[in-house]
Amino acid sequence: MEPDSGETALSPAADSDLDERRVPTSTLRRLVDLHLQELVIAVVAAALVLFFTIDSPYFFTSANGAALASFIAPIAFFALAEVPILILGEIDLSVGEVYVLSPFLVEYLNNAGTPIWLGIILALVISAAIGWINGLITVKLHIPSFITTLGMTFALEGVILIGSNGAPANPVGSGALVVWLGAGTWAEAYWAVGAVLILHFMLRRTSFGLHTVAVGGNSESARESGVKVDFIKIWSFVLCATIGGLIGILDGYHIGSIDPDTPGLTFMFYGVAAAVIGGTALTGGRGTMIGASIGSIVLGILEDGFHVISVSSFAYDLILGIAILIAMILNVQIERATIRGAGHGSFARALDFIFTRRRKEPVRR
Amino acid sequence: MMANVETNDRTDVEDVLRIEDVSMSFGPVTALRSVDLHLRRGEVLGLVGDNGAGKSTLVKILTGFYKPDRGRIWIDGEEVRLRSVQDARDHGVETVFQDLALVDELSVYHNLFLNREHTTGGWFRFLKNKSMRAAARRYLDDIEVDVPSIDVPVAKLSGGQRQAIAVARATQQKNMKILLLDEPLAAMGAKETSLIIQLIKGLCRQTDISVIVIDHNYTHLFEICDRVNVIQQGRVTLDKNLNEISMESLIELMVQSYRREISQPGPGRETVTEVSVGANIEVNVATHTVQDAE
Repeated sequence: MEPDSGETALSPAADSDLDERRVPTSTLRRLVDLHLQELVIAVVAAALVLFFTIDSPYFFTSANGAALASFIAPIAFFALAEVPILILGEIDLSVGEVYVLSPFLVEYLNNAGTPIWLGIILALVISAAIGWINGLITVKLHIPSFITTLGMTFALEGVILIGSNGAPANPVGSGALVVWLGAGTWAEAYWAVGAVLILHFMLRRTSFGLHTVAVGGNSESARESGVKVDFIKIWSFVLCATIGGLIGILDGYHIGSIDPDTPGLTFMFYGVAAAVIGGTALTGGRGTMIGASIGSIVLGILEDGFHVISVSSFAYDLILGIAILIAMILNVQIERATIRGAGHGSFARALDFIFTRRRKEPVRR
Repeated sequence: MMANVETNDRTDVEDVLRIEDVSMSFGPVTALRSVDLHLRRGEVLGLVGDNGAGKSTLVKILTGFYKPDRGRIWIDGEEVRLRSVQDARDHGVETVFQDLALVDELSVYHNLFLNREHTTGGWFRFLKNKSMRAAARRYLDDIEVDVPSIDVPVAKLSGGQRQAIAVARATQQKNMKILLLDEPLAAMGAKETSLIIQLIKGLCRQTDISVIVIDHNYTHLFEICDRVNVIQQGRVTLDKNLNEISMESLIELMVQSYRREISQPGPGRETVTEVSVGANIEVNVATHTVQDAE
């Protein structure tokens, strides 16, 4: 079905005076265009490393590297879990409580005679089921995900407190499996790096990822294009909760104890903060796994760095708050400048001038 | 007066699409009442009617978006049930939606292949971006759609370019039999309009694709259509070949029905706010109905 070229010309911009609009896009230009915020935040991360290294001889050591890793890895996992959900314009508040719950599940199952490896698998399946329920309620019953997952957060908290009687416990198991699952110094970091790579690939190089961005960008258009909007949303919630369950187990083994009073909600919000700082838009349609990872590296460096240079960790929260605000402002301004065309703010205009000068060519009415 | 449907009874020609007794309600609002409609192979059928008459509901049923309460649909002589947009696509029904159904954040080529990505790796559905980019470039060059780059998000394109991408997405499908155009020329400049019209004409000349087009502009309809169906209050009230009816009489017919409605406003129905018959014989009638089912 190919119309002959002459008569059926459909060329809204075929005029010769507009031919210059067809500008070849170099790989670098595309990289800058699409990943401006990731690049900015990566520079910030590098600057922070430089600052703390100069300030304290202790910062750039392998011992501190391990500490850094255990700061960064959990934040990164939460950020990775939330990114697809945030891209969809939703939020999952309950992933933090899934994180608290899952190591207890392993313990209970083990007490009931289930081998540890099977207990871990079952705990992950239960985590996934929690995400599935979140997704189902949100999508099928049209409850905003904020409310759905808020309810789930309190419900899970109740389950944890009832099940544990409010008492902390030690994660079950020993030996190679446990070392491998987080007790080893760098184990969590390896898991995090693996998760970043796999999830980045999933978001950027699979139909599922493309559809996630499409639904987040314009769910009505996506639906009209035949994208299974409900399917995408439900499975993103499943993925999020499963990652929450996984990091709960890893962190349980890493820390060496599990506490029912762990503030899961706060941990979840660190992840959201990292994702936002890394360029994910809370309004949906925009966000990357790499950006979220860099965002969590920045938060981890700040947290660790303040310990190292002996600044009160109270200041960390202040810095975090300011960082989120700056990141969000940057996010909106960059989106206006590079995606929506000319922005309204002076900052957007400046960015527009720097990065999209080519679009100052004659534009058709 | 309009109760008996005027039809031409040339039904011997092979129909690519046949709709019988299709009805649909949204709660208390009846959008379609026992609609019969047919579309011949290679034909361009225009659907006209006021806002809320049921045109878009009909299109959304054919797109697989809505499931009708009652009625049967045949495509190529085979009775079908269109359960989803993908289902309709599999039966060769492609749609250019009123809102174009483009995702601003995605690149031109990802929009062209949305939900029809070139993938590999079976169940994992890994994207073959290279293959999609090449195919997109080739196809857009073939139909002479000019965009600055196929990598830019469609948000950066002009209105006409976006329209062209939306049409190209539908027409690139090899198995397309029926093309539905839901107000394809709304919000378009004169130049883009004539280009789209040329594209539709070209498509019909060279292939046996059949087209249903919804448009409020009768000049456009008379330029591209072979036949026109009038839908009023959920019913097909007129079915004429365009060589059997003049634009003036069609306009007269539509205006008459509006006058009737003005004189006897039904429940939940406001009066006609504007009737203008321009020198270029275009009718622009805007009605506002509380029970707008579109």
